Amino acid sequence: MALLSNAAVLLGKEVRTEFRSRELLSTTIVFVLIVVVVFSFTFDPTTNESRRFGPGLLWMAFLFAASLMLQPCFLREQVNDTLGALRLAVSDPFAIFLAKICANTLFLLLTELLMLPVFAALFNVSFGAQLPGILLTFLLGSLGISVVGTALAVISAQARMRELLLPLLLLPLLTPILVVSTEVTIGLMQPEPYMEWKGIGLMAGFDVVFLTVLWLFGEYLLEE
Amino acid sequence: MMKRVLFGVVAIGLVACAAYASFYIAPEERTMGAIQKIFYFHASTAWAGETTFFVCFLANLLYIWKRQPQFDWLGVTCAEVGVACITVVLITGPIWAKPVWGIWWTWDARLTSTFVLWILYICYLLLRTLVDEPDRRALLSALFGVFAFIDVPIVFGAIRWWRTQHPAPVIMGGPGSGLEPTMKAVFFFNVAVMHVLAAFLIMERYSLEKTKHDVELLQHQAEAR
Repeated sequence: MALLSNAAVLLGKEVRTEFRSRELLSTTIVFVLIVVVVFSFTFDPTTNESRRFGPGLLWMAFLFAASLMLQPCFLREQVNDTLGALRLAVSDPFAIFLAKICANTLFLLLTELLMLPVFAALFNVSFGAQLPGILLTFLLGSLGISVVGTALAVISAQARMRELLLPLLLLPLLTPILVVSTEVTIGLMQPEPYMEWKGIGLMAGFDVVFLTVLWLFGEYLLEE
Repeated sequence: MMKRVLFGVVAIGLVACAAYASFYIAPEERTMGAIQKIFYFHASTAWAGETTFFVCFLANLLYIWKRQPQFDWLGVTCAEVGVACITVVLITGPIWAKPVWGIWWTWDARLTSTFVLWILYICYLLLRTLVDEPDRRALLSALFGVFAFIDVPIVFGAIRWWRTQHPAPVIMGGPGSGLEPTMKAVFFFNVAVMHVLAAFLIMERYSLEKTKHDVELLQHQAEAR
C-alpha cells in the first residue's frame, strides 16, 4: 500500500510540474505533427495507401516522440540532485519508477489522442466506431514504451552523448511494440475493421514482462 | 601460456576437421546441392553465438548480484564474441538465401530477431564506451544486457505472429522434420567445434580484459604516488 500511495504522491508531482509549464507536451505534439506531415511527402496519402502505411508511420512518429519526451524525465532530477531526495523519501524505489511510468504513459497517451483526429483528417481515414479498440491499443503501446523508456532514461542520463544514446537503446528494444501495435492498428483501420486480440495479448505480455524486470532490477538503476 | 597456445591449435585444428567433414563426409543435399554445405557453418555459428549471449546474460545477472569485476569482464567478452558469431551468421545467411530463396534477405521471425539481437548487443558494447566510471559502466551495461536478452524472445514471438518465411526447424522441429543421420552427425560435430572456438575466443578476450584492468589499476597507483 505504501508503494501505491508513494507513487500517487510522486505522480501528482510529475503532473503538476508538467502542467505548470506544458513544455514537454506542447513540444511533443508539434514534433509528432511535423513527423506525420513529413512522412506524408514520402508516399501518396490516398485512403488505400494510408490504410497500408498510415499505422506504421503513426507509431513511428509516436516512438520518435517518446524517445525525445522520455529524455528529461530523469535528467531534471539530476539538476539539484532531487533524485537523491526522492530515494530517501520513498520506502520502495519502485514507487519512483511507477510514478514516472504513469506520468510518461499519460503524457504519451494525451499526445496520441490529440494527434489521432489530425491524422484521420490529413490521411482520410476514419476510426469512429473503433475508438475503444484504438484506445486499448494506444494504452498498451504507450505503457510498453514508457516502461522500457523510463528504465533506459535512467541509464542514458548517466552516460555521455545521452541525447543520442536513448533512442539508440530504446528503438531496437521496442521492436515488438512497433510491430504489434502497427498490425493491430492496421486491422482497426480496414473498411471492415477487426480486432487482433492476439496482438493485444502480446502487447500486454510485453508490458507485464518488462514491468516485472523493472520491479526486480529498478533499485540497482537508482544506485549512487 | 603453453596451455593457451595448445588450446588455440586444437580449436583451429577442429575447425579444419569440421570443414572437411562438411565438404567430404556429409552427403550432398538433393534439391539445394553444394550451397547447402553452408548450413553446417551458418547454423552451428548461430548456436554458438546464442550460447555465448546466454553466458553474457548469466554474467550480467551475476555482476548485478555479486558486484565482482570478473563477471563484468566475462559479460563484455561474451558480448563481443557473440556479436562476432552473429555477424558471421548474418553474412553466411544471405549467401545461402540468394540461390535458394532468390532473395538476399526477408523480414521473417528468425532473421529479424537475430538481426535485432545483433543490434542490441552492439548497443550494449556502445553503451560501455559512453560511461566513464568503471563500476557504473559495469552495472548499467549489465542491466541493459538483462533487458536486451529478455527482449529477443518477444521480438521472435511478435514477428512470428506477424509473418514468417524461414524454413520450419529441421533440428528439434517435430514430426516430419529432421536430418539424414550422417548430416546430423556432421552438423552436431560442427556445433561442438564452434562452441570450442567460441570458448577459446572468450578465454583470450577475457585475459585481455583482465590485463586491461590490471594496467588501469597500476596507472591509478602510479598517479596516487
